[in-house]
Amino acid sequence: MPKDGGIGASSKRREDVRFLTGTGNYTDDINMHGQAHAVFARSNVAHGRIKSIDTSAAEAMEGVLAVFTGEDFAEVGGNPAGWYIESRDGTAMKEPKRPVLAHGKVRHVGDAYAAVIAGTREQAEAAAEAIEADIEDLPAVVNMDRALDGADGFVHDEIGTNEVFDWGWIEDNRAAVDEAIRTAPHVTTMELVNNRCIPNALEPRASLATYNPGSDEYTLHTTSQNPHLTRLLISAFVLGIPENKLTVVAPDVGGGFGSKIYHYGEEALVLAAAKKLKRPVKWTATRSESFMTDAHGRDHETRIELACEKDGTFIAVRTETKANVGAYLSNFATVTPTFLHGTLMAGNYTVPNVYVNVKAVMTNTAPVDAYRGAGRPEATYSLERVIDKAARELGIDPIAIRRKNFVKPDQFPYTTPVALQYDTGDYDALMDKLEEIAEVSGFEARRAESERNGKLRGLGINSYIEACGIAPSNLVGQLGARVGLYDAATVRVNATGNLSVMVGAHSHGQGHETAFAQVVAEMLGIDAGMIDIVHGDSSKIPFGMGTYGSRSLAVCGSAMVRATEKVINKARKIAAHMMEASEADIEFRDGAFSVAGTDKSVAWGEVALKAYIPHDFPLEDIEPGLEETAFYDPANFTYPAGAYACEVEVDPETGKVTVERFAAADDFGNVINPMIVSGQVHGGLAQGIGQALLEGAVYDEDGQLLSASYMDYTMPRADDLPFYDIDHSCQTPCTHNPLGVKGCGEAGAIGSPPAVVNAVVDALQRAGRDVPHIDMPLTPARVWAAMQD
Amino acid sequence: MPKVSMTVNGKPASGEIEGRTLLVEFLRETLGLTGTHVGCDTSQCGTCVVHVNGRDVKACTMFAAEAEGADVKTIEGMAASDGALHPVQKAFQDHHGLQCGFCTPGMVMTAAALLESNPSPSESEVREYLEGNICRCTGYHNIVKAIMAASGQDVSRVAAE
Repeated sequence: MPKDGGIGASSKRREDVRFLTGTGNYTDDINMHGQAHAVFARSNVAHGRIKSIDTSAAEAMEGVLAVFTGEDFAEVGGNPAGWYIESRDGTAMKEPKRPVLAHGKVRHVGDAYAAVIAGTREQAEAAAEAIEADIEDLPAVVNMDRALDGADGFVHDEIGTNEVFDWGWIEDNRAAVDEAIRTAPHVTTMELVNNRCIPNALEPRASLATYNPGSDEYTLHTTSQNPHLTRLLISAFVLGIPENKLTVVAPDVGGGFGSKIYHYGEEALVLAAAKKLKRPVKWTATRSESFMTDAHGRDHETRIELACEKDGTFIAVRTETKANVGAYLSNFATVTPTFLHGTLMAGNYTVPNVYVNVKAVMTNTAPVDAYRGAGRPEATYSLERVIDKAARELGIDPIAIRRKNFVKPDQFPYTTPVALQYDTGDYDALMDKLEEIAEVSGFEARRAESERNGKLRGLGINSYIEACGIAPSNLVGQLGARVGLYDAATVRVNATGNLSVMVGAHSHGQGHETAFAQVVAEMLGIDAGMIDIVHGDSSKIPFGMGTYGSRSLAVCGSAMVRATEKVINKARKIAAHMMEASEADIEFRDGAFSVAGTDKSVAWGEVALKAYIPHDFPLEDIEPGLEETAFYDPANFTYPAGAYACEVEVDPETGKVTVERFAAADDFGNVINPMIVSGQVHGGLAQGIGQALLEGAVYDEDGQLLSASYMDYTMPRADDLPFYDIDHSCQTPCTHNPLGVKGCGEAGAIGSPPAVVNAVVDALQRAGRDVPHIDMPLTPARVWAAMQD
Repeated sequence: MPKVSMTVNGKPASGEIEGRTLLVEFLRETLGLTGTHVGCDTSQCGTCVVHVNGRDVKACTMFAAEAEGADVKTIEGMAASDGALHPVQKAFQDHHGLQCGFCTPGMVMTAAALLESNPSPSESEVREYLEGNICRCTGYHNIVKAIMAASGQDVSRVAAE
């Protein structure tokens, strides 16, 4: 292994220096000569008919360069849903148009109906205030049941319903599942709310567009997790700018968590404005705009039934879910509550009958889409909460009931009744590890100590599995995906032997610049410092699908491995030529090529230089240069899994919950940089604990977002959280990608909410309070109220 | 327009401002010191923390005019002139106390101020002091660990992972 650089080394992150010294380059840090500023006029009602918009006063104000309304974009395309879903009855999902600016109606608080471009941001803000919009207030569609009834009207009148689809997975399973539940010895039922969260990447969204009228070329700097996908959406669906005339750059991006996957109207607006004004145009969201307009996450209402034998053997799972998708279909809004949710409903268990029903519901709220975990946290929460309740009802230990039903190591590859094939795993080993690091055997003593201090202590256990490494294009294509989900990498060896590796994945906190370089360094046997990872600029990188769904290393990293293999093969050919040997006799080790059985050897740098100075190349056999590209399309998803334990103390006087301990044992397959992987788990845990205890997007019955600032939406802060005890030494490497990696970005957010809620319910139950469930977030008020019943 | 003059990272800095110009706007827009970030509009997130006359201040809560004559230090002024990182910066890198980097300047400035006033803080003192700084990436584990390490404490005991 190269020192401090290869696979398995906790290399310090190279990107840290610029972030620590204030020399990062985020979109809002970039300013262009002659730059103008965009500010949006946004709806302050949830639902209204636009009768007129008078922009004359705004246009006359100092510094104002242009004002746009929905009329200006009436003829351009809509921002599409990326996944087609068919209802149980075979009908197509409803796809109302999502315009650049609201046209005809405003559909949620924050929906932009006009934009002002001015010389300064302050001028644009003042002019946006001066726009006279006559908007007729309409009843707000907020509650999902009422939305399905059509009681408050329709978010999109032209589709005549608020139901986007009514999906069954798998419809052919349904009769058997119904029968299994009808005849089961024991059925546990729960009704659960998976609370709406707001992603809250710390960097607000921002976009800066430039246009060159001489070349008809555009450049968009934007806060994106996937610049090529953004370019494709703008070019092929929304503005029709030819892809070869549009460069999308996602520079340093301050976190995404899903919210920066999607194309948003502001990006199209600044591009159109830059062209019209022939000046750079910039927009940066205020935090208030982020709360109102970033795609939110979760927001499911689920009824779940788990049928068991009396000994706790699982027989069947049946769910009915209403998934709020908000006012417009965001790009992944249709796949998140369906295939990313329903296919995980067998969990880590050998449950033979599973059926999932999901209705997607439009409401006058911000669009809802994938948020860290995306469907899988919702599946895990439902399943792991109902398992916990079933264990209690049957008098079985929560660890024992899970172990009893785990898919066993000799059952892999294991095909679930909801159509996934888990390639590998060892869930008992994870539970063993969890019991060790969580010191479960010492819980009773800790509980007694808490009791002496007047506190109620509880232990919550859960397991999770997720499908990551998204995704095999041929499979997802059959299921309705409108894009492929491969990724790509180009490995360019420069003449002096160092490398630029251009990757389709985007790093916005994940440390790719460090970890990806470790992989190439390991393969080439050279110092990682010789390798630069280039990402985020569509004019530099091959067409990749970006970063989400814990896919970067599993998919893009695999492409990088394939491209590096091609480079090695070509370098081997060059080395054979240099040493006048047969290619078959060339050995490559520790950055040097040698002829087997001789002392002839050429170093990596000599081969690289030769590739670019090919004076004596046999050109019919060897092309000059040393640069290779590979596209990688995975054969299957990857299946990270884990076992989590949360210990809480509940203050019986106030209902306040304190997380005292949190342990996570995860199987991510092989690990490239353990330090970075641990960091990913820590962050996921905080988001999951935040969802369980603190966070909740709240709309009132008029569709006003009540939690629209950091004073109202409770973000987890340092004093809300403990140090975590985590482990990723249980490794069953992925069997179908070259690195054997599974992905670690979302695990913490998937596995932690049920562990927290299980722990709080456990604390109350141990104290003799018959509280079967409390909906998230478990605020002191909710916990206290539950204890009074 | 009125003019404001102050010392920023040891050098004189001045510029024309409006009365409403915030210190963070002056630093970012006038001086081009974009290491200080803006993450919210309610003085909650802490990404804009700088030092004014030795105290940690949210630069979005202060008018530029109020900093007339002040000694201001930003994240760009923390490393030594030879590029050597400040102990807090180094501890953040050594202990992976940052991911996307957006909250990082504010975290580092806040942490450095804490260690000035409390050279050996306990875990709970660190967590309490970070009340005004939000991080969405790290779950705070490695930030707290890094700050305690920067203070010279042995963190292998308090946080193994």
